[in-house]
Amino acid sequence: MSSALIGRAMLGFYFLAFFGFLFGPLIVMSVTAFNTPEYPQVWPFEQFTFAWFQKLAQDDNLMQGLQNSFIIGAFVVALAVPMGLAGAIVMTQVYAPARGLYYLVVVSPVLTPGVIIGISTVIFWKDVTGFTGAQSLFTGMFLATLGQSTFIASYCMLIFLSRLQRYDRTQEEAALDLGASRGQVFLHILLPFLRPAVVSAAVIAFLSSFENYNTTTFAILADKTLTTVLAGRVRQGMTPAISAMAVLIIAVTVAGAILYEAAKARERRDAAV
Amino acid sequence: MSADIDIDHVTIRFGDFVAVKDVSLKIAGGEFFSILGPSGCGKTTILRTVSGFLAPTAGTVRIGGKDMAGVGPNKRPTALIFQNLALFPLMSVAENIGYGLRVRGVPGKERRRKADELLSLVALPGSGDKRIGELSGGQKQRVAIARALAVEPQVLLLDEPLSALDLRLRQHMRTELRAIQKRVGVTFIYITHDQGEALTMSDRVAVMNHGVVEQVGDGHAVYDSPATPFVASFVGENNGVSGRISAVADGFAQIDTALGSLKGRAGAGLEPGAAATLFVRPERLRPAAEGIAAMVSATAFEGHLTHVGLSCADGHSLTMSLGRDIGAHALTPGAEVRIGYNPAEAIVLRQEAR
Amino acid sequence: MSNAFTAYLIFLGPLVVVLGFVIASMLQRRGAGVVEPGFFERNGAGLATFLILAVGFWALVMIVLPQLYLIDYSFHPKLPPSQRGGPRDIYTLANYRYFLFGSPNDTSQWNATHLNAFWITILVSMIITIANFAICYPLAYYMAQVARPKIVARLMLLLVVPYFINEILRAFAFLVMFGTGGLINDILVGLGLIHERIDFIGVDVALYAGLTYAYVLIMMFPLYNAIESLDRNQVEAARDLGAPWWHIHWFVVLPHAKPGVASGATLVFMLCAGALAAPLILGGPKTLWFTPIVYDRFFQAFNWPQGAAYALMLLAACMAFVLIVMRLFKVSLSEIAR
Repeated sequence: MSSALIGRAMLGFYFLAFFGFLFGPLIVMSVTAFNTPEYPQVWPFEQFTFAWFQKLAQDDNLMQGLQNSFIIGAFVVALAVPMGLAGAIVMTQVYAPARGLYYLVVVSPVLTPGVIIGISTVIFWKDVTGFTGAQSLFTGMFLATLGQSTFIASYCMLIFLSRLQRYDRTQEEAALDLGASRGQVFLHILLPFLRPAVVSAAVIAFLSSFENYNTTTFAILADKTLTTVLAGRVRQGMTPAISAMAVLIIAVTVAGAILYEAAKARERRDAAV
Repeated sequence: MSADIDIDHVTIRFGDFVAVKDVSLKIAGGEFFSILGPSGCGKTTILRTVSGFLAPTAGTVRIGGKDMAGVGPNKRPTALIFQNLALFPLMSVAENIGYGLRVRGVPGKERRRKADELLSLVALPGSGDKRIGELSGGQKQRVAIARALAVEPQVLLLDEPLSALDLRLRQHMRTELRAIQKRVGVTFIYITHDQGEALTMSDRVAVMNHGVVEQVGDGHAVYDSPATPFVASFVGENNGVSGRISAVADGFAQIDTALGSLKGRAGAGLEPGAAATLFVRPERLRPAAEGIAAMVSATAFEGHLTHVGLSCADGHSLTMSLGRDIGAHALTPGAEVRIGYNPAEAIVLRQEAR
Repeated sequence: MSNAFTAYLIFLGPLVVVLGFVIASMLQRRGAGVVEPGFFERNGAGLATFLILAVGFWALVMIVLPQLYLIDYSFHPKLPPSQRGGPRDIYTLANYRYFLFGSPNDTSQWNATHLNAFWITILVSMIITIANFAICYPLAYYMAQVARPKIVARLMLLLVVPYFINEILRAFAFLVMFGTGGLINDILVGLGLIHERIDFIGVDVALYAGLTYAYVLIMMFPLYNAIESLDRNQVEAARDLGAPWWHIHWFVVLPHAKPGVASGATLVFMLCAGALAAPLILGGPKTLWFTPIVYDRFFQAFNWPQGAAYALMLLAACMAFVLIVMRLFKVSLSEIAR
C-alpha cells in the first residue's frame, strides 16, 4: 500500500469525523422531533409524528418570544446597519494617532463577552432612564435592541470596512468634479457601491440578533425572546418539542444562509466588474 | 467656450515637503498645454490645484480671470480626466456621460440625447447602453472624455490618461485627442511624463522637475533650445559632456572637456571658468575626418535609424544615430572613428548649483 | 453619587461627542500633513451630521459610557434605590473582596468555589481553543491550498449552515446525544462496551464537547482566510526543495497564517470563557464555570454591583488573553478583528 493511499484514507477519515461532528448532533436532534416518545430519542424509532410541531404552535410563550425576536431583529437591523456604516465611513477619515483609539473603541464589542455587554447595558440604562424620569423606556425590548446593536454594529462595520477597502476614492472625486454635491456623491456613488455590503450586513445583523442569548438574557428583563424562552424550556426538562423548534430554526437558518451566500456571490460578481 | 488660466506664484506644501515651488504659468484660452516631467515632479499636484481638490499654500489660481480660492471642485468650470479614468462601474456608458447633467437637474431624455451626441463625437456611436466592464481600454478612454465634455467645461484637465494603454493605441489616441481638442476648442491642460505625447499634441509644453518649472515653450524650443541641463536630458535622447567654460563669444561657447575643447551655442549665464555641460543630440553626430576620437562599442539597428554606441577617452560614452544612407554598416564594433558635429546644433548649458 | 454621575453623563455626553470629533478632525489634519478639507466640508453638512450622531451615539453612549459605568458601579455597595447617592453610597472594594474571599470583609479564607470556577473556566477555554485549532487546521489547509474552487464553495456552504444555528439548540443537541438515556449511552450499551450508563453531564464531558462544537467554525473561517492568502507556489517551492511536510507547515504555512490563528484563537477563547447557554444547559450540579456564577449574582443573589465586579473579572481575563495573543503572535488589533 503506497503512502499516498494511506494519506488519502486518513484525509477521508478526518473529513468523515469532522462533518460527522458538525452535523451528527443536529441530525440526531432533528430525528427526535418526529419520534413519538416523551423523552427525545432516536432509537428505537417508534412512530413518525408531527405532534411535537403542533404542540409548538399551541405554546403561547414560545409564540410571543418568536414575535418579540422578529421585532427586536428588525429594530437591530434598523439601528446597527446605519451605525456600522457611519462607523466604517468615519474609519476611512480618521488618521493616526486618533485612528488606533477609535478602532479599539468600535471593535471592542466584538472582543467583549456578550454577557458583559448585556450587564453593562442594563445597569447603565436603568440609571439613565431612572434619572431622566423616562422609566417607561426601561423595558426588555428596548434594552435588548440596544445591547444587541452595540456589538452587531461592530460586525456590520467590519463588513463595510472590508468592502470599502476596494473602494476607489477617485470615483468620488470624479463625481465632485462633474458638479455633484457631497450628498449626491454619497447617494449616487458610495451607497450604490456599498449596496451588497448593506444586504450582507442586514442579513448578518438579523440572524445575530435572532439567535443571540448571552446579551439578551440580561437585557430582556421581564420580556422574552425566542432564545430566552427556549433556554428556559431546555433547563426545565427535555421534550421533543424543542427538537421540533430546532428543525424549524434550522430550516429558516438554511434559507437565511443561502440568501446571505447569494448576496455575497453578487458582491463578488460586482467587484469583478 | 474656453477660458484662460493664470497660475500665479503658486506654492504647495505637504507638511515639510514642498511639492510645487513658486510656479507661475499663463495658459491661453483654447490652448493645448502640456506639463511634462518625471513622476513626483509636482505636475499632478498643479492639476489637482487647478481642479480644486487641493488649495495652494501660497499664490493664486485664476480661471477666466476669476480667483478660484474657496471655490470647490464641483463649482469650477473645469473637468478632470483621471489617470485611472474613474468611470462609475455601476452605471451604463450613457449614465456615466450624463452624470454631470443629472446633478445639474437636466431631465433624463435631454441627458440621453447629449450622451449620444458626445458618443458620436468620440467615435463610439450607439454604445450608450453598454456597461463599463464591457468596454476596451481605448473605449473607456473615449467615454471618460465624453463624460468630461458633457458638462461643457471651459478647461479640460487630463492626468496622464493614456498611460494605461498599449503603445499602438496610445499613438492613435494622441491624434484623436488633438483632433477632439480642435473640434471643441476647449483649453486642455495635459499632464504626462512621456515627452513624445507632450511634443506631438501640444501648442506649448512646460517642463517640470522637483516642483519647479524649468522651461515653457513650444515643442521646437524645448527640444532644440533647452534652457537647463535637466530639460536637455529629459526631453529626447541627448549626449552630455561636462567641463569648464574657456571662452564665450558671438553666442558660442568653448568648453574644455575630457574629450578635448568643444564648441556649441551658448546658453544663458555662461562665463569663463564656470562648470557647464555641452549637449548634442545623437542624430546630430556624424562620422567626420577630424573630431572626437572614439571606438565603436555596439550598434543597434532600428530600421530607419542605426544607433551607434561609442566609447571615447576617459571612459566617456556617446550615442550616435545615423540615417540609412550614411554608411552605418561600415561601423562594426571595435572600429576606430572620429566624430564631428555642427556647433550650431549643440548647446552649452550652465551647471545648476544644487 | 451615582445619580450625580448619571446627570453628568447625560448632559456632558453630547458635549464630549462634539469635542471628540473636533479633536479627531484636528488630529486628522496634522496627521496627514495634507491640506485636507475639514470633516464637514468633506462630507457635506447632512452626511457629516448623520456620521457624528450615529458614531457618537454608538461609540460613546452604547460602548464607552456603559463600560465606564459598569466599572464605577462595581465599586459601590448594594443599596436599595432610596439610598443611592446617600451617605452609605461610598466607593468600596467589597465586591472584589467577596470574589477573592467569599465575604465582603473577612479575608482569612479564599473563596474557593468562585476562584476555582474562574481558573477552570480560563484553563478549559484555553484547552478548547487549542483543540479547535487542531480540529480546524487540516480542513482549513485542505480548502485553502489543495481543493479546487468548486469543492471549496460547496464545503463553505456546508460549514456556513451550522454556523448560524442558535447556541441553545446546539447545546440541546448535545444533551440529546450525551444524556444518560441518550444516543451515545445507547450505542455503548448496545455494543456491550459498558454495562452501566455513564453520566456524561455530571463529569462535564458533554459541556466541554458542546463548547468545542459551538465555536469550531469561529476558528475555521479566519484560519481558512489566512491560509488562503498564501501563494500556492510557495508550498510547491518548499516541496520542490525537499522540505518534509511538517517543515512546510511549521515554517511556511503557519507563519503566514499567524494573524488568522491569532484572530480565531482570540474569538474562540472569548466566546468560550463568556459562554452562558452551554454551561447552563450542559452543566451538571457540580459543574464549575464562571459565567453561570455571574448570572447567579444577578438572578439568584440579586446583587448587581457584585455581578458587575464579577463581570469585570471576566472582561479582564479576556483582555489579558487578547494582549498575550497580540504579543505572542506579534499581530495588531486590526488583524485580530476582521
